[in-house]
This record gives sequence, C-alpha cells and structure tokens, in this order.
Amino acid sequence: MALSKVNPNFVEQTPYGRRNIIINGAMQVWQRTTAATSAGNTYATVDRFAFGVNTDGAYTTEQSTDTPTGTGYSLKAQVTTADTSISSGQYAYMYHEIEAQNLQHLLYGTSAAKSITLSFWVKSNKTGIYTIILRKLSGTDCHLVYEYTIDSANTWEKKEITISPTAGSTSIITTSTGAISNDNARGIQLGWNFAFGSNYNGATNNTWTTNTNHYATSNQVNWMDSTSNNFYLAEVQLEVGDTATPFEHRSFGEELALCQRYYCKTYNYTDPPGTNTGSSYWVGGSMAQTTTNTWGAVWDYPATMRALPTTTVYTAAGTSGQLQYSSGSLTATGVVQEFGKGSERVGFFHNGTASSLTAGYGVTIYGHIVADAEL
Amino acid sequence: MDIINAQYFLNRIGDSNDGIKATIDGIEMSVPLDPANRHYAEIMRQVESGDLTIADAE
Repeated sequence: MALSKVNPNFVEQTPYGRRNIIINGAMQVWQRTTAATSAGNTYATVDRFAFGVNTDGAYTTEQSTDTPTGTGYSLKAQVTTADTSISSGQYAYMYHEIEAQNLQHLLYGTSAAKSITLSFWVKSNKTGIYTIILRKLSGTDCHLVYEYTIDSANTWEKKEITISPTAGSTSIITTSTGAISNDNARGIQLGWNFAFGSNYNGATNNTWTTNTNHYATSNQVNWMDSTSNNFYLAEVQLEVGDTATPFEHRSFGEELALCQRYYCKTYNYTDPPGTNTGSSYWVGGSMAQTTTNTWGAVWDYPATMRALPTTTVYTAAGTSGQLQYSSGSLTATGVVQEFGKGSERVGFFHNGTASSLTAGYGVTIYGHIVADAEL
Repeated sequence: MDIINAQYFLNRIGDSNDGIKATIDGIEMSVPLDPANRHYAEIMRQVESGDLTIADAE
C-alpha cells in the first residue's frame, strides 16, 4: 500500500502501538465477580472501573455478553431502586482512574499539551443527553465535562470525543496548573455520568475549569429515574491525538497482568473472594517448627503493585481474617498478622498460640489472600 | 466506605506501628501506613473529620 493511502493521523499517533491508555477497556477481566453487585462508591465487578452512587436510588453492575460486535463482554449497569428527583448534593456515575506516571506523554502542564480522544460503545433504553467528566486529579484538580447523546433506545452507538488541552479557550492545562506528576498517584479520572444534582451540574460543556463542583451540565439526564433503565458500556479507548482509531485489542493475559498491578488474588480467576473453594487454595509453604506455637508464610504477588496494598486473608471456606494450618493430624485456623509488606510480597505470621504444634514437625499454611492497590 | 474496628498493629520485629486492621465494608482488612493506599487515605480522612478513631496496638 502506498504511504499516501494511510491515514496520516493514524501513522502519527500509533508509531509504536499501545494506543489505548485505558486498562481493561474491553471489559475482559473480572477478578471480583461477574454477577450483579450493588454499586457502593468502590470497585465491585469489572477490573479497573469503580461505581459511585449517593442518591435515594441504587444500581447494580455486572458482566454482559450483549456487545456491539457480538463477541466478548460489556459492562452492564441496571437501576434497581429508582430516584425520580435527584437532590442538589446527590450523584451517580461510574469511573476509571489512570495512574499519573502513565500520562506523562500527554505533556499536560506545558504549552505542548496534546489533545486526547475518548471512544466507546454505549447502549441504553433511556435516550437523551449524557455527560462525561474528565478530572485531572494530580496537582490542581481540573475538570472538563463533555456532553454526548444517546439517540436511539436499546441500540449500540459508538461515541468519539476529542478533548483539547485548550477546550473552552482556556489555558489551564497548557500552564503549570495542568501538570500531572510523574508518580504512582491518581492522574486522571474518567467518568460516565448517570445523574448529578444541582450542586454539581453547573459545568459549561467542553470547557476546562478548576471549579471542583462541576461534574456535569444541567442537560444531563436522570438515568436513575426508573428501574427499567440500563446502561451498557464496551470497548473504551483513550488515546493521544484528535482522531479515534480502531479499538486496540489486547490478549486476556496482557490485560490481566495490567489489572494485577492494582488488584490480585490467590483464588482461581473465576472464584470471587470469599468463595468456599473446598480443596483448591493457596499453599503458603511447609516449614519445620522450632517452637510449638508459631508459624509464618510469604505470598509473592503476581505483579509489582502500584502501592503497598490492602490485604485480606480468607480460609478456604471463605472466612475473612484467618488462614488455615495443618501439622501431623492437626488442622486448624488462626488469626494472622502481616509483616514485611511491600509492593512485591507480603508475609504473615500466626497472631496467637497455635494449638498442639510439635517442635520439629512441618506445618503447612493455606487459604486465600487478596491484595488491593487500586487508585 | 464503611470503616469500623480500626486498630494499629505492631511491626513483627520492633515496637513501631506497622499497619491498621479494620473492618471495611464488612470485611476484615489489613491496611498499610501508605498515603498512596486508598483505604489508608480514607481512614485518615475519617479520623481528621472525627468520624473514626484508631485504637492503639495491643
């Protein structure tokens, strides 16, 4: 193919591949659960996406096989308790956060700051004007709200949104206020808005602002107003440049490894934490005891974690706060305490008196562990 | 984030605080003393607002 036949924007923006800044934009990885789970201002189902809600209503999220291409998965949100009148301080949205050091190539905070383009597929029974909120959280908190319209009910639609660093003829992003630190903290939060009360919906469309109460425009629909309302999201891509290129498909293994920097577990991939896994569990090692009342174990995470993670231990039966141990004919559970926690591994020791251990005998430690270093 | 029963625990080989055990959204978790950890940041936010107290280590 002659070079003149290639879209020059595509060539310029993708010289090295890895265009998509979003992790798990294809909704491939679901380490927590695929089942419908209530949104509660935290991560709950699909990896790397969180769900905020503060209304008189409620919604769930779950995995769906309803997709624009007929393959893979989408993220489905469903209203389960309606709120027909959003109060001034209430809100509902779902969001994805990007680590600051993964955004350095945007050159925010300089006069060379680049445009970025968000593309995604969306489908809902509720048509109307929705908004995207882009929050730059590193350094000074800067917001940009962008309206998009769901035109046809129950129909997959692809949306492409280009965000200029000078949107609204502003210079917030092209000066030091717009800088993103080169660290492991929150860089940008990208949100799909469901409803925002009047305290938060005063934004001007497609305009950067440092007003941190601006999450939406007043045109945003109240998606929370009926238990009939659903919202499907698929193939989310954020890339440098002013053109949405084709969705970048990554392998499941690649995507899982990227997610494990933020959340990982010893469970089999399909087992949600807390599951009774019977005879399938993590084995922390077998070591000879020099005393009759203590033991320890170490778990190496499958990836270097973003920060020191919060850890939760479970017995194979799903009881949190305990691991199990066995020695000779003894099988017991014990409350454990972590030690030596780092971004690569964590150790545990038995926090109490382990009953009936025999000095010189081996002891096997087992159960499950979850590590959470989400942004 | 619903946080209750927060208590420091000591380092295995010393007497300094090594982390916080807390029940977060109904699950017992071990939270590191790392400002980059979102659970620790939320615990400190609730402590500063007077909504949470962290018990001393035993």
